[in-house]
Amino acid sequence: MIGDSGFGNNNKEHSFSIKLVQMLHLDPLLLMGILLLSTAGLVVLYSAGDQSMSLINKQITRLFLAFIIMLILAHVSPTALRFWSPWIYSIGIILLILVLTVGDMGKGAQRWLDLGFVRFQPSEMMKLATPMMLAWYFSDKPLPPRFKHLLVAAVLLLLPTLLIAKQPDLGTALIIFAAGFLVVFLAGLSWRIMVFLGISGAALLPVLWHYMHDYQRNRVLTFLNPESDPLGTGYHIIQSKIAIGSGGIYGRGWLNGSQSHLDFLPEQSTDFIFAVFAEEFGLIGGMFLLALYIFIILRGLVIAVQAQDSYGRLLGGSISVTFFVYLFVNVGMVSGILPVVGVPLPLISYGGTSMVTLMASFGILMSINTHRRIWAR
Amino acid sequence: MLHRTLIKDHLQEQNVFRRRALVAAVVCLLLIFVLFIRLFNLQVLEHKHFNKLSENNRVRLMAIAPNRGLIYDRNGVILAENRPSYRLEVTPEQVEDMDWLLTELGQLVELDESTLKRFRKAIKRSRPFEAIPLRTALSDDEVARLAVNRHKYAGMDISARLSRFYPQGKSAVHVMGYVGRIDEDELKIVDQTQYAGTSHIGKTGLERFYEDELHGKVGHQSVEVNVQGRILRVLEKKQPVPGNNLILSLDTRLQSVAEKSLEDYNGAAVVMNPNNGEILALVSMPIYDPNLFVHGIALKDYQRLQNPDTRPMYNRALYGQYPPGSTIKQFVGLAGLESKVIGHKMTIPCEGFYMLPNEERRYRDWKKTGHGHVDLQDALAESCDVYYYELANRLGIDRIHDFMQKFGFGKPTGVDIQGEKGGLLPSREWKMRTRNKIWFPGETLIAGIGQGYVLATPMQLASATSILAMRGKGYRPRLLNEIFDPATGESRVKEPVPLPEIKLNRPQNWDHVIKGMVNVVHSIRGTARSSGIGLKFKMAGKTGTAQVFGVAQDAEYDEDTIAKKLRDHALFVAFAPADKPEIAIAVIAENGGSGSSVAAPIVRKILDTWLQTKE
Repeated sequence: MIGDSGFGNNNKEHSFSIKLVQMLHLDPLLLMGILLLSTAGLVVLYSAGDQSMSLINKQITRLFLAFIIMLILAHVSPTALRFWSPWIYSIGIILLILVLTVGDMGKGAQRWLDLGFVRFQPSEMMKLATPMMLAWYFSDKPLPPRFKHLLVAAVLLLLPTLLIAKQPDLGTALIIFAAGFLVVFLAGLSWRIMVFLGISGAALLPVLWHYMHDYQRNRVLTFLNPESDPLGTGYHIIQSKIAIGSGGIYGRGWLNGSQSHLDFLPEQSTDFIFAVFAEEFGLIGGMFLLALYIFIILRGLVIAVQAQDSYGRLLGGSISVTFFVYLFVNVGMVSGILPVVGVPLPLISYGGTSMVTLMASFGILMSINTHRRIWAR
Repeated sequence: MLHRTLIKDHLQEQNVFRRRALVAAVVCLLLIFVLFIRLFNLQVLEHKHFNKLSENNRVRLMAIAPNRGLIYDRNGVILAENRPSYRLEVTPEQVEDMDWLLTELGQLVELDESTLKRFRKAIKRSRPFEAIPLRTALSDDEVARLAVNRHKYAGMDISARLSRFYPQGKSAVHVMGYVGRIDEDELKIVDQTQYAGTSHIGKTGLERFYEDELHGKVGHQSVEVNVQGRILRVLEKKQPVPGNNLILSLDTRLQSVAEKSLEDYNGAAVVMNPNNGEILALVSMPIYDPNLFVHGIALKDYQRLQNPDTRPMYNRALYGQYPPGSTIKQFVGLAGLESKVIGHKMTIPCEGFYMLPNEERRYRDWKKTGHGHVDLQDALAESCDVYYYELANRLGIDRIHDFMQKFGFGKPTGVDIQGEKGGLLPSREWKMRTRNKIWFPGETLIAGIGQGYVLATPMQLASATSILAMRGKGYRPRLLNEIFDPATGESRVKEPVPLPEIKLNRPQNWDHVIKGMVNVVHSIRGTARSSGIGLKFKMAGKTGTAQVFGVAQDAEYDEDTIAKKLRDHALFVAFAPADKPEIAIAVIAENGGSGSSVAAPIVRKILDTWLQTKE
């Protein structure tokens, strides 16, 4: 594997690279994908943020911090991670309950916990803690899982999902549900149950609708008919479709997107950054970006398949596919095939918290991969 | 560990996972293909369409604020309208250097610190291409100066907008309330879409209570702009739906006469039609000009309105809770008749004071020499306190409480203005609950003449008087008669809302009490006899002189030596004609001194005007 990574021609240099990479517990292929994607992100962010260097500097600082967290987590062995999983999960749940009771209101939703020195978003931590917990739970159970184990898993999954949906943060709740459900799916959840869940899920939609906040309902309604609210949420979708569509095959070129630069596009540095990218780099650029994502996702799945215990397999698999869920929900939303839910474009959107979580999850993937080798020796 | 390995088949698990991971990978690829198709659709198949949109995307969507509904009085006199006013707007995205621009503009028009602060805040929460108002209510001079220099400053614009105007000025300000700029707290509550173009919102009075009716529905227009963002033409327009007009029960003429006759006092007057609850005048004095608030009130004006002696912004008619004094005696008398603790012919001797058995304290009558033997009607006409001490003592506080509650004492009347106070109707249970003390018999006596704990708002007095006038068949007081939708031309007439009817065991008791009230105005010894002279019909009334501070036992009470602030409140409630009531009035003049010499003449003036308007 490492031989394919294409580091240097010189043999000496080559072996040094191998050593460095091994020492740091890194996976060169994954690392390459991440670096390429982050770079592409900085390039488009420079344009989306109206060529503001301070925006770029902030994002680089975040990337750097997130990178360090990735390095740290790559060093933690999966065995240790598995040991700590239930603890992290429990603390996360307690913090979530705290947020609901004493948390700060931001934009009409309670998400933040003020620890005095730092504001902290426990829901972000649950994006990793939930699949970790489920992977831990299944790690010593016979697989495919028995029915009673599935019931326990359902509770472990729904508890954080509902707590976060209540904040309300639909985007994060969705990601956490996906991450947890993927563990169950990869553990071998029978197709029959999945069909059953699918049907009952569809039946429960009206109930869900009943419990949704007004702004969430509005988003769904606007998604179904953007023209109905051209001053509010519908505006986002209409403008972002124009941005993408006007990009054409080759794009308008870097820094030339008129939609983005005349500020028609909302939240162009954060959730809607893909529209800026698509406007400036066109279909070709979009395909390149999608290809990079596919590369990272597939590499993650390969790492998961090669893991030696079910904890590593399940967690690694869930992390990889969750990364895809981010991508799909974000691009789907920006291109108008999914409703507007606040999910960032991974590694590209401007913003701190999700970046750290993502890099942490890559650290775990690398840990699963590299510790396996040492262990195998 | 051992038995786990027995049931955990690692190889099989690995295979299961491998298959599942493969499924996941395939699904991911398929969905990415979906995204690709979508992008292909937008960027290749529909590229031309979107490219055109983008090229033409100098097209901007702008909210158009609806015109606020107008407010009329019952005769069609306009009380609140919208007049054009000029304002200075700045569009942030077109401004190269905001600080420079603001300094420059500051030389042309007056921009104070709070204006700038509000403007900077507004920049943060608006889209950069939205024009943000910097200064409103520009004078003609300012408009001219800006217009001349306009070419120098990109991003600056003068726009004419409609803004609220109250042509009656101060009159009826406490009814109308006023609109003001939407503040941070209100911004969180209002519908963001509906208020996208709206800058003002009802703050008090009817403007606030009927905000939803008055506001209307937002419209929007797509406009074509040039590269600098200046509007070239309007492409598409969805007109806003104007707010509904309100037609009030208020009679402007009556209102201003009531204001005029009360102008020497802090006080309040409520005039209503007992047959349907319509309020004809609702006065709180002093009054102030609501137009001051529309464009943001100047600090020195505001400070003037905070004068602690007059408190003009305080709506005394609804929020002022006063001891009603003798103006509740007719209700206590009615309670006595109904409970059969007195008969309407029964007399009680009055020697100028009253003493409870086993108590030293003398409860004094306002007339030191006493009224002699008085029956119910005499006691009302002359406002004998001793009679009511005795009556209250026989009834006990709880029976007084239960009976008077039916007339709306102790709770808000439900008139259509926010924040109305409910006064206070004491009872044993109330005192134990709120003060954790038992009730004393002496407190019942002074409650019987409307002093002590008893408090009522002028609104409550007017409403209770109306219910009495209608012999129990009262209506909820209200200011709004009709809502007119100018878009459809439809109008919704508000039906009178009947209150639960008060049924007496002996309906003739109404007549006994009302007769007593007529005597107040028309008998030789009536306390308000001078206000009844020359009336073409019978008026029923009751004077009240409410103590502001307690006079010590046997101390002399000399009005002149007491500071005006400590002088008694003057009250008068009345309805007319006594046999077929058409109007009910409650008046209070704070520190007026005496109900018969101050409040009753004011009521008479209102009544005379009402008669004129009727003819």
